[in-house]
Amino acid sequence: MTLLKTNRRDFLKMAATASGGLLLGFHWAAAEATASELEVVRASALAAGEIPFNSYLSISPDDVITIFSPNPELGQNIKTSFPMIVAEELDADWSKVHVMQAALDTKKYERQVTGGSGAIPHSWERLRKAGATARHMLMEAAAKKWNVPVASLTAEKSVVFHKESGRKATYGELATDASAIAVPTDVKLKDKKDFKLIGTAVRNVDNKEMITGKPLYGLDFYREGMLFAMLQRPPAFGTKIKTIDVSAAKTMPGIVDVVTFKNNIAIVGKSTWQVNKARKAVKVEYEAEGKLESTADHDQLFKTLLDSKDATVVSVKRKDGDVDTAFKSAAKVISREYQCPFLSHSPMEPMNFFAHVRPDGVELVGPSQTPDMARNETAKLLSIPPEQITLELTRLGGGFGRRLKADYVLEAAELSSIIKAPVKVIWTREDDMTGGSYRPAVRYRFEAALDAQGNLVAYKLRGVGINAGNCTREDNFPSGAVDHLLIESVEHKSPITTGAWRAPITNFLAFAEQAFIDEVAMAAGKDPVVFRLALLDKAKTSPVGAIKYDIDRMKAVINLAVEKSQWGKKKGVSQGFSVYFSHRSYVAQVAEIEMKKGKPVLQKIHAAADCGVVVNLSGANQQVRGGVVDGLGHALYGSLTFKDGAAEQKNFNAYRLIRMKEVPPIDVHFVNNGIDPTGLGEPALPPTGGAVANALFKALGKRLYNQPFSKQEELKGVALGERM
Amino acid sequence: MANYTLQINGRSLQADVEADTPLLWVLRDHLGLVGTKFGCGIAQCGACTVHVNGNPIRSCSFPVSAVGASKITTIEGLSEHGDHPVQLAWDEVDVAQCGYCQAGQIMTAAALLAKTPKPTGEQIDTAMNGNICRCGTYHRIHEAVALASTKMK
Repeated sequence: MTLLKTNRRDFLKMAATASGGLLLGFHWAAAEATASELEVVRASALAAGEIPFNSYLSISPDDVITIFSPNPELGQNIKTSFPMIVAEELDADWSKVHVMQAALDTKKYERQVTGGSGAIPHSWERLRKAGATARHMLMEAAAKKWNVPVASLTAEKSVVFHKESGRKATYGELATDASAIAVPTDVKLKDKKDFKLIGTAVRNVDNKEMITGKPLYGLDFYREGMLFAMLQRPPAFGTKIKTIDVSAAKTMPGIVDVVTFKNNIAIVGKSTWQVNKARKAVKVEYEAEGKLESTADHDQLFKTLLDSKDATVVSVKRKDGDVDTAFKSAAKVISREYQCPFLSHSPMEPMNFFAHVRPDGVELVGPSQTPDMARNETAKLLSIPPEQITLELTRLGGGFGRRLKADYVLEAAELSSIIKAPVKVIWTREDDMTGGSYRPAVRYRFEAALDAQGNLVAYKLRGVGINAGNCTREDNFPSGAVDHLLIESVEHKSPITTGAWRAPITNFLAFAEQAFIDEVAMAAGKDPVVFRLALLDKAKTSPVGAIKYDIDRMKAVINLAVEKSQWGKKKGVSQGFSVYFSHRSYVAQVAEIEMKKGKPVLQKIHAAADCGVVVNLSGANQQVRGGVVDGLGHALYGSLTFKDGAAEQKNFNAYRLIRMKEVPPIDVHFVNNGIDPTGLGEPALPPTGGAVANALFKALGKRLYNQPFSKQEELKGVALGERM
Repeated sequence: MANYTLQINGRSLQADVEADTPLLWVLRDHLGLVGTKFGCGIAQCGACTVHVNGNPIRSCSFPVSAVGASKITTIEGLSEHGDHPVQLAWDEVDVAQCGYCQAGQIMTAAALLAKTPKPTGEQIDTAMNGNICRCGTYHRIHEAVALASTKMK
C-alpha cells in the first residue's frame, strides 16, 4: 500500500507537470519517463488509491480530489470553471483539487462540445449534483462512523465536522466508507447565496504548465514511431487535381511516402521541416470543376439578390403585420446596407491531429471542439463502429469555431489507414488561411419607417449570405417591438467553404443592426438609448408576435452600461452605444472616442454583461475583454478576399489581426441577478463593432457601413485603433 | 544533413538536421522542447520567440546553421522552477486563455525586462506589439509585464 501510494504521489507530481494528466503529451526526449511508463503508473495509482464517486470526481485517501473536466478547453476557461462548480457543492479544499481533462466518453458525459456558449448552461445542474451527491455520501459515512444524525454534521474544505463532539474527519479518511453508500438520487443543492468558490477569481488550473512550456497542445503530442505529414490541398475552391508528379518529393531526405487521396497529396516523413520542404517539390496541376468565384462576383451577387423578387430564392423568416402599407404611409423612411467580408478563424495553433488506425481499433489524439462528431465521422469514413475508436483531447490552442469541423481529423485517420502507421497531420498557417471554413461574407439591407412622432412603425431586413444558411436572427430585437416587420434571408451556394465563426452570424449582424438602430434613432430625433428602451417598453406592454429574448434582462444591461459609462454626461467624449442578445446572454457596450490632434482615438469600451451567475470571476472578466478585443479587431481589420476561388491573404503579413497597441482599456461589469448561468464564450463579441461605429459617427459625423472599418473611405488616413 | 552542437538552456545538445532547418523545428521535432510554438512560420506572430544571447528572436525564421556557439534560451530554460519574475507575474495576473501564444509572449517580455527593468507603458506596448494573442489577453499581458518589472532583482 505504501508503495502504491508513493506511486500515486509520483503520478500526481508528474501529471501536474504533464498537463493536467494528459500523459500522452509526454515527449520521449524531454521527459524523464516514457508515456507508457507513466500510463502504467497512472493505471495502478487509480486502481490503488483513487476512489471514484461518479464520472466527475474521485477522492484519494490522502485527500487529493481529482475532478475530470469533459469539455474541450480552448481558452474559454472550462477546465477551471467546470471543476469549480463540482468543488463548490462538494465543499472541497480547492488547493487539493487536481483537474484532469477527460477523454471522449459518451457513456459518462453528455455534450462534450465547445460551441454555442453552451457548456456551463448545459452542465450546471449536472456538475452541482455530482459534487453534492459525493458530499452527501461523505457526510453519511461520517454519521454512520460516529453514530450521529447527518443533520448534525457540517462540511468545509474537505473536512466533515461534528461540532457537538468536536470530531472531524477528512474526505480522504471517509472516502472508502462513503463510496460504499448507496448513491442518493435526490440531493439538496446549495442556496446560491452560500456559494464560497463560485463567483470568486480562481486562477487557471493549467497556468503552471502553460508558463513553463509543458506539452499541452495537439501540436506538442508525440508518440514513439509517429510520422509527420502535410497535405497539399487544392489551392482554389472549385478545383481538382489534373496531373501529379511526386517523383522528386519522394526522394527527398526524411520522406517516407507520398500518397494521394481525395484531392489531397500527403507528404509523409520523419520531421515537420522535411515534409514541408518536400511538399514544395511536388509538381501538381489543377483544373476547375466548377465556377471559380471571386470577391468581385460576390459584390455583384449581393446587389442582385438584395433586389430579387423570386420567391424560390428569398426565404421569409418572420412576418408581422403589413409592411407594405406601413411603409407607404410613413413620415420618414430610412434604408441602409451593410457588408462584411469572409474571415479566417486563425486560432494560434494551426490544425493538427494524430491518428493511428490499427486492425483492432483506432486511436485519435488532438484538439477538437466536437470530439464525438469527429469520432462518428471517422467511424463512417473507415466503416467501423465508433466504439472501436478512442479519442483523447489535448488542450486547444484556440478554436473560434474552426475546430467544430472534423475535416483535419478525418485527414489524419484516412492517411493513417492508407500508410498503416501512426501519423500526425500538421497544417501550416497558409493551409489554415487558404483551406477554408470561413465566416461567410454577408450583405444586409435594413429599412425603417417612422411616423410623424418619430416612432418606429415598420422594419424590414433582408440578408444575403455566401454559404451562410439563415443569415438573419429573425426573433432578435427589435422583432416583437414593431407592428409591421419583415425578415428575409437569401443564400448563395458557393464552393468556398464556411462554418461557424465565434458568435455565428451575429458577429456581423449585431454591428449592422445596432448601427442602423442608432441612425434611425437620430433620424427620429431621439437619444439612441432612450429610443431602444422605448422599443423594449413597447415589446413588454404590447408585444407583436413571439418574443424570444428577455426584455427585462436586456434593459438591465442597458441601464448598467449607461450608469457605468455615465452615458451622455461626459464633456469632450463621443460615446457610441450598442446592446445585443446572443446565445442566451445579454451584453451592452459603450465605446468612447476622443479627438486627439484632430484624430479620433478610441479611449475606452465599457461592457455590461448578464450571463447569469458568474462562475469564475477571473475567467469571466477576461472572456468579456477578449470578446470585445476579438470584435474590435475583426471589425477594424479582418478581411479575407478571393480571386478565382483562391484566398488572397495567406498569412498574418497580409491578414491583419489586432495587436496590443490597438486595444483600448475595457471595463467589465456584470449584472448580479442570481439566475443560472447562461454562457459567456461568445456574447461579448457581437456588440463591439456597433458601439465603436456609433461613437465614430458622433466624433466625425461619418457613418460606417462596411467592415473592415480600416479599409473604408470614411476612415482614410485615420488609424482608429492606435491609442496615444 | 549535418551534426550541430547547440548551447540550449545551459546544456550542450546535438541534432543531425539539414542546414536550413529553422531552430524552431530543431527544438520541437529533434530535441523534444515543444514549449516554443509554431504560429505562422514567417516571423509575424511571435509564438516561436526564444532568446539568442539574450535577444528575442523568431526561431521559425532562424536556420540552425546560423546558431553557431550562441546561447539559446527557450521557455523551458527561462528558470529552473518556473519562477522567473515574468512567469510568476503571468500566473498572478492569470493572463492566459488558450495559452498557446504565451510562451512567446513571456520570452519577449523577459528579454525586454532584462534590458529595461522599469519600462514605461509605451515601452511595454512597443516591445510586445510583435506578439499576437488571438484570444485578446493584451490587457493582462501588459499588466503582467508591469507587475514583473516590480519583481525584477
